[in-house]
Amino acid sequence: MHFAVCDFLLDLVQNSVEAGAANVGIDVVESGGSIEATVEDDGKGMDERELERAKDPFYTDGTKHARRKVGLGLPFLIQATEQAGGDFRISSRKGSGTRVSFGFPVDGVDTPPLGDLPGLFLSAMCFDGDYELVIRRRAPARGVDYEIRRSEILEAAGPLDDASALVAVREFLASHEAL
Amino acid sequence: MAKMTLEQLRKLREEKKGDMQKRDVEGKSIQIIVGMGTCGIAAGAKQSFDEIVKAIDENKLSGDVIIRQTGCMGLCHVEPTVEVVMPGMPATIYGRVDAATARDIVVKHVVGKTLVENHIYDRPAVDIVKK
Repeated sequence: MHFAVCDFLLDLVQNSVEAGAANVGIDVVESGGSIEATVEDDGKGMDERELERAKDPFYTDGTKHARRKVGLGLPFLIQATEQAGGDFRISSRKGSGTRVSFGFPVDGVDTPPLGDLPGLFLSAMCFDGDYELVIRRRAPARGVDYEIRRSEILEAAGPLDDASALVAVREFLASHEAL
Repeated sequence: MAKMTLEQLRKLREEKKGDMQKRDVEGKSIQIIVGMGTCGIAAGAKQSFDEIVKAIDENKLSGDVIIRQTGCMGLCHVEPTVEVVMPGMPATIYGRVDAATARDIVVKHVVGKTLVENHIYDRPAVDIVKK
């Protein structure tokens, strides 16, 4: 099981990239007593049957590892939201993309910690491939409100397979979360 | 700390590049790949990734090393997994790579060119892996 909300989000972004998305959106909002997050992509999507099966921990499409019998990403998230009294929504269309949204009550005893947001956003940009990632982040109580695109980061810092670029970008991302 | 602008990021990046420039031209020959699928994330691959980035940067190796993330490498039972491919060493997949082991991989494998024992899960032949 994942430890933090950020871990669930990174898992979803990895799904999107693996689904061949050219555009991925990630929204993280803390307001009104809840943490709400969405990951949306224009990847290969799923039909109704695949979507139902994706919620089953003992199902995977089998294309990546032939004998694998589990696919735990979405089931972990569903279980975590259920046990914390949060909510989970997923919609998908074959050939046009997938959208996953979830929420946690901010003061719930079973709500996972939010986790390392700058680290999440950094890793979300670091997968192989030519995809745009748009990060939208709001936490009005702390005066946090920003939007960052992977393309502008790549343009300013160069390829993100370089440790010194990663250190610089992490500092950039952390500065957006600081008060 | 005030919000950095993209211009400040660009400057910081240029400063950090500094003496690496020369080696960049010769091309990077070392690849470190971190598995960041569900299994990796659940086992703490994010922390391992962060530690590798830090260790590479501290050892001023970023001119030589490419750091990548990938999905599951198929060794879910020993996550987090990290693959290292470099000249002069067998391509190796390490498992159970917590932050301390991640640092060992940079210091011992990448810099010292010796395998990190007890964490090798794929590639080198069994007879060269000491238990």
